[in-house]
Amino acid sequence: MNARQEILARIAEAHRAAPPPKLGYEDISREYRTASDSSLEALTELLIDRLVDYRALVRQCSNDDLGVTIAQALSERGADTVVADAGVEPSWMVKVPVDVLTDASAPDDQLSISQLETVDGVITGCAVAIAETGTLILDGSPGQGRRVLTLIPDYHLCVVFPDQIVADVPQALARLEATRPLTMISGPSATSDIELNRVEGVHGPRTLEVIIVQNAH
Amino acid sequence: MLADTQLRRNLGKATTTIRAKRAQVVGELPDWEGLREAGRQLKVHTMAHLPEYLAQLESAVTARGGVVHWARDANEANAIVIDLVRGKGVEEVVKVKSMATQEIGLNEALEAVGVAALETDLAELIVQLGHDKPSHILVPAIHRNRAEIREIFLREMAEVDSALSDEPAALAAAARQHLRRKFLSAKVGISGANFGIAETGTLGVVESEGNGRMCLTLPDTLITIMGIEKLVPRWRDLEVFLQLLPRSSTGERMNPYTSIWTGVTPGDGPQEFHLILLDNGRTAVLADVDGRDALNCIRCSACLNVCPVYERTGGHAYGSVYPGPIGAILSPQLTGIEDNASLPYASSLCGACYDVCPVKINIPDILVHLRAKHTETYASEHRIPSAEASAMTAAAWVMSNPKRWTLALRSGRLGRILGRKRDVIGDVPLPLAKQWTDARDLARPPTQTFRDWWAAEHGGEQR
Repeated sequence: MNARQEILARIAEAHRAAPPPKLGYEDISREYRTASDSSLEALTELLIDRLVDYRALVRQCSNDDLGVTIAQALSERGADTVVADAGVEPSWMVKVPVDVLTDASAPDDQLSISQLETVDGVITGCAVAIAETGTLILDGSPGQGRRVLTLIPDYHLCVVFPDQIVADVPQALARLEATRPLTMISGPSATSDIELNRVEGVHGPRTLEVIIVQNAH
Repeated sequence: MLADTQLRRNLGKATTTIRAKRAQVVGELPDWEGLREAGRQLKVHTMAHLPEYLAQLESAVTARGGVVHWARDANEANAIVIDLVRGKGVEEVVKVKSMATQEIGLNEALEAVGVAALETDLAELIVQLGHDKPSHILVPAIHRNRAEIREIFLREMAEVDSALSDEPAALAAAARQHLRRKFLSAKVGISGANFGIAETGTLGVVESEGNGRMCLTLPDTLITIMGIEKLVPRWRDLEVFLQLLPRSSTGERMNPYTSIWTGVTPGDGPQEFHLILLDNGRTAVLADVDGRDALNCIRCSACLNVCPVYERTGGHAYGSVYPGPIGAILSPQLTGIEDNASLPYASSLCGACYDVCPVKINIPDILVHLRAKHTETYASEHRIPSAEASAMTAAAWVMSNPKRWTLALRSGRLGRILGRKRDVIGDVPLPLAKQWTDARDLARPPTQTFRDWWAAEHGGEQR
């Protein structure tokens, strides 16, 4: 018997020796919230509260002011060069006062790691934002880019639109496709390893800034 | 361990902090008990359908460009990793903290064939640089405070400035700098998995620092080792565990980073992916009706943080890879009760661990079950009464007569000579006590027995 056959045989034998309780998948109790009646205003407020609690910086602006707000954030950060995925909305970048490198997933269009190391920050959108936990989820769609883009630079600027905000984890997962490469981000890189206190800034971006756009996409 | 006041202070401070944080974020969820019950039932269901779900996971991973390996035990898993790493011709791999790889001793196995396994989690790095052992599932360096960590960094990191402060942010920055080059040049990454989704072949790693993202994204080749019990049936089931796990482990609403991937994604991340499915004793646990719920553990470590025994002794005293209450039931079952016979006794059965367990594992009940099992196994294997049983018989004889008892108490003072220098008896050179005192200290008996003291104080009336 090879390892696969033997492990499966051992499980079958264990189940014979100690029959497991019968519980069908559909019969699993799910007495928890999967919907919310909170208004968008309430959810946005909660999201901001939770982001700030985990030391993210937050700005709000109207759709018309998005370009200006991105430009402001970058100049306040003192960034010289930023990177963005090739699929990012051109209107986001028109006012940007610094050099922008673009990256795409096709091997020839990918920036090298050493190029990514020279940039001061990265600008992305996101797929979903969870209000209750202050979590941004990136799924690699256009405008979000390869996973490494939001990992190497020390500053991540993320744009969130109102229709991307959901109340809780179940509603967020329902919107996502499991097989895409997903990154869930809740505040800047942090550690609880020293005396079990959360401190910001280990290997990922040490500053996370979020722009929440206030009117519809 | 008990006499190490620094250790007890560090542990007391850390576990008090984390208990308060956990209580707060758990209190924010009105449906916490509903989530716990869903988590428990999901695990019970999965364990009853392991063969189907494992086969489903295997075909989904394979369909997405991954390679699935099966390992009956630690040696087989290590051999598979060594083979893959050698095939890449590298001498160094980067690792994200994983209990499964600790359980199988992967770092040591790699070292034996000349491959350095670099731990990249801050706490694991502190442990590795301090030539130390992990003492907690989640925060392996919990026994170290900031001043001690600063000293380790100054001693072990060549590039670090001697002006380094002991502020946690400064220490984290030193680790960032120390590991940066290693991440960027690594060819092979090794990880565990917090969950594997049968339906889609999706794997997930929950972490805080970003070292996990580095290991899972930058190298060309990724090797993930997952215990077969880490399965969940479907994608939607993560909605339960992604709420239970962070709040139970670090007391956060959500941990900073969760990476989720399925096989290979062209143009993004590792282009070669291997998944090793590990048994290593898990199927044996499955065969024990009273003990098998231990497999439902999601490694959050909430039970360590509330345990009065753990808080005072720390993780090293358990002498096993999995410390604390969950370790006391998991280690003997995975690696054999006779190798971990004392673990089920390292508990006062107060039940705090059961109350906080996010998947409602009844740890006290399983401890009692394992104690009974240990006694039975021992009795049936030893026709001559065990040392413990003989000692109890002898003790009954001594204690039934006051004269014999007084004499015995005085002779106990022999123990003082053994422990003369340190106030504790460290390594007792007697076969019986040796195993116990390898990782634990016995208090030195006092110079005078209570009975002698009473006699001296109250006019020597001996009854």
